[in-house]
Amino acid sequence: MSGFRFLRRDRRPALVLSDPAASRSLLAIVAILTFLAALAAAGAEMVAASSREWRAALAREATIQLRPQAGRDIEADLARAASLARAAAGVAEARILSRADAEALLEPWLGRGLDLASLPVPRLVSLRLSADPAPDLRALERRLAAEIPGAGLDDHGAWRARLSGVANTILGAAAALMLVILAASGLAVAFATRGAMAGSRDAVDVLQLVGATDRFVARVLALRFLALAAAAAAAGAAAAALSLPLLGWIAALASGARGSEDGVLFGTVSVGLRAYLLILCVAAAVAAIAGLVSAATAKRFLRELRAG
Amino acid sequence: MEQPVVAFDNVGLRYGQGPEILHDISFALEPGSFQFLTGPSGAGKTTLLRLILLSLRPSRGLVRLFGLEASGIAGQDLTAVRRRMGVVFQDFRLLDHLTTYENVALPLRVQEREEASYRAEVMELLAWVGLGERAHALPPVLSGGEKQRAAIARALIARPELILADEPTGNVDPALARRLLRLFLELNRLGTSVLIATHDLALMDQVDARRLVLSDGQLHRYD
Repeated sequence: MSGFRFLRRDRRPALVLSDPAASRSLLAIVAILTFLAALAAAGAEMVAASSREWRAALAREATIQLRPQAGRDIEADLARAASLARAAAGVAEARILSRADAEALLEPWLGRGLDLASLPVPRLVSLRLSADPAPDLRALERRLAAEIPGAGLDDHGAWRARLSGVANTILGAAAALMLVILAASGLAVAFATRGAMAGSRDAVDVLQLVGATDRFVARVLALRFLALAAAAAAAGAAAAALSLPLLGWIAALASGARGSEDGVLFGTVSVGLRAYLLILCVAAAVAAIAGLVSAATAKRFLRELRAG
Repeated sequence: MEQPVVAFDNVGLRYGQGPEILHDISFALEPGSFQFLTGPSGAGKTTLLRLILLSLRPSRGLVRLFGLEASGIAGQDLTAVRRRMGVVFQDFRLLDHLTTYENVALPLRVQEREEASYRAEVMELLAWVGLGERAHALPPVLSGGEKQRAAIARALIARPELILADEPTGNVDPALARRLLRLFLELNRLGTSVLIATHDLALMDQVDARRLVLSDGQLHRYD
């Protein structure tokens, strides 16, 4: 513990006082900024988690698509495709979707009440893939193409790539937002430190004249602002942590009656442990930035004082 | 031969482009010496003390402190030099939010010493200057004389090699002034160099010591 003397609580009175009104303002600003940064980070993590979940679900499925061909018995082709799939390594289940199921899938795009009997609606075989052994979809695709004209295999790669792109964009935006908010916290602390030093110039002058080093004075101020920012960051982080379940509830409410369907398609937005850990990290980062910025600002201010 | 604690050689000082307020100041304070710095109000006694403290830099000439040339003293060296000096400011410059005890202990606290290592020392010195009962009082409730003694105790606590005192008896009655003077003489007897800036002739007449007289921006020595 002797190596961490600076962490020990000093029961002696503070050497440099800061204006209580300015301290309260800084406390409020840092708490609000921490709240926003923590929400941005946790929100991004929730989106990323949902995206991971959805991509994993998509990766566990594939679809064989059969376009009706003149002169061919589509039901026989479907049965052949399903049997080829069942024989392929890594396919746990192959389920033929009935024509009614295939038409139902078109409903969201074409609407209800249309007579699709005359249309060449593609028929589908839904495949559930196993992780072990790993499926060789390219080999299955080649066999299907060789044996069944008009058969194709969709591994949902395009959807996964698009979802990954959207999720990465959201993550990038959240990271940029967080950086801006952390920079704003740093600036607020820098202004507060300069204000405190300007307001305590006499005290700082006395400290130097009785033999305090710049490092000592800077540390006195940095520890003061670190304590203040840590308290503010804790308050902001606590507020963000309490808001997360509320956000999840609002998201569920916003999806309304179609929530369960959207859940199947897009996954559900859930609040995981990682989101709470991220909030904790954001709070720690805000407090650390406050301490570092305050010490650097104080040292710079002292250099300026010396330069006259 | 020991180096002077302070040596000024043709030192001049002006603020900005204004006229020179101190010119051709040359003197030396020998180790273990005792002297008064005197002169009419506004003659520049406090300014000269600030030059020694390096809170002001000369416009010309050479200042040497403890053998080091002032122009080369900065950063850690400046702190090290200041720790070898104890200063009694004319306006005391006590920190109002700290108790008398905390104010007196300040030079030791900024050296990052543990409180347990200096508590007894500070209490002893406070008792010696007659402030034992006022250790936990804040400066705003102290009388002028009590503040004066707290400022003197703060200057002495780290046992400096040089004491600079600016009008240290300006706010006290003659009896206390004599007592404080005896305190400075005692410190000097123990080897500390002392420079007392004062315009109190009665005080100076009590001691047969060198007088440095500032007048019209120039220094005259009366050994």
